[in-house]
Amino acid sequence: MELKKEFLKGIYKENPIFRIMLGLCPTLAVTSSVENAIGMGLAASFVLLVSNSIISLIKGLIPDKIRIPSYIVVIASAVTVVDLVMAAYLPSLHKSLGIFVPLIVVNCIILGRAEAFASKNKLFPSIADALGMGLGFTLALMLLAFFRELLGNGTVLGINILGESYKPVLLMILPPGAFLTLGLLLGFFNFMDIKKQNKEK
Amino acid sequence: MGAEKLLVIVVSAIFINNIILSRFLGICPYIGVSKKLGSAIGMGFAVIFVLTIASSVTYLIYVLFLYPSTNNFWYWITGKMYDLTYLRTITFILVIASLVQLVEMVVQKISPPLYKALGIYLPLITTNCAVLGISVLNIEENYNFIESTIHGFAVGIGFTLVLILMAGLREKLDLMDLPKPFEGPAIAFILAGLMSIAFLGFAGLKF
Repeated sequence: MELKKEFLKGIYKENPIFRIMLGLCPTLAVTSSVENAIGMGLAASFVLLVSNSIISLIKGLIPDKIRIPSYIVVIASAVTVVDLVMAAYLPSLHKSLGIFVPLIVVNCIILGRAEAFASKNKLFPSIADALGMGLGFTLALMLLAFFRELLGNGTVLGINILGESYKPVLLMILPPGAFLTLGLLLGFFNFMDIKKQNKEK
Repeated sequence: MGAEKLLVIVVSAIFINNIILSRFLGICPYIGVSKKLGSAIGMGFAVIFVLTIASSVTYLIYVLFLYPSTNNFWYWITGKMYDLTYLRTITFILVIASLVQLVEMVVQKISPPLYKALGIYLPLITTNCAVLGISVLNIEENYNFIESTIHGFAVGIGFTLVLILMAGLREKLDLMDLPKPFEGPAIAFILAGLMSIAFLGFAGLKF
């Protein structure tokens, strides 16, 4: 049951983007289409899974003083694997994600989970934590990308939803759309929280 | 060529492809450190400093050690070309992390007042994706050494400009009567969106 709790907390209660606000750079950059969002989410989740499991296994071996550089080396190796595999098998996705693939290294979620969770917990809770956080990250990216692609292009995953007569709001695909959508979604989640707290009172 | 190309790099790095508002790098410090004007200025200068040094150092490391050519270090020693470009990410992040550490120590030794002003921001820069991002971009855009350094410097200026503008706006925003759910980061993002729209105006600049 502990594992299930670790898994579920990443999805809503401690959602990396809407709650702890980590890893915002790729969030804003790749959400211009749902396809890119899924690709980025899965790539980051894979890196998170690898780094969390390895770090929880070797946490006893790493001297405290050099733990951050050691974590970064583990993460960077996983990112290199993802980078090369993606370039070989999904070249078009690799091209549209561009420099944000190598930048998964500095995604604060991954280092943050390594430091806050994997370095203190055993293997299986760390895996559950990585899967939950990864899923939460992917879902948040998809939510943002859903609104941006739908309003900015009239499509979701390339399938036309709003019909031919819909005039796309180009702004939503451009950089400002990312900031505005994230701001409004954050406001919405805060609103839901405040409503819930008022009810409990 | 020459000076003209450098000017294009500078103007586009500061205004057209602004690192925060159009490339989305360095968002964390942009939201995190923009609450007070003073700390925004400190962070901005620390970023200019580190970005300029990091751009030139990572460029040299890439050309001398990773990229297969006759100028490569391994070629001088062994006479063979090794393609180590796949080590780019891991090398750059380690170089940047140690560089930030080194800069911190040197600044502390040489100029205590500067250290006092920038000190707390320097460690934060390691995880600022702008530094790694610009190092990778310099390679992907095929810049030479001078262009890379100037690009790093100009990006730093663009970052500082937007960070300071944002801090000024947010200090005013503190006095406003906002709807409760939008207090804090939510309104900061909407503000960033509006600034980004304003900066889109520069996209019409043509050379």
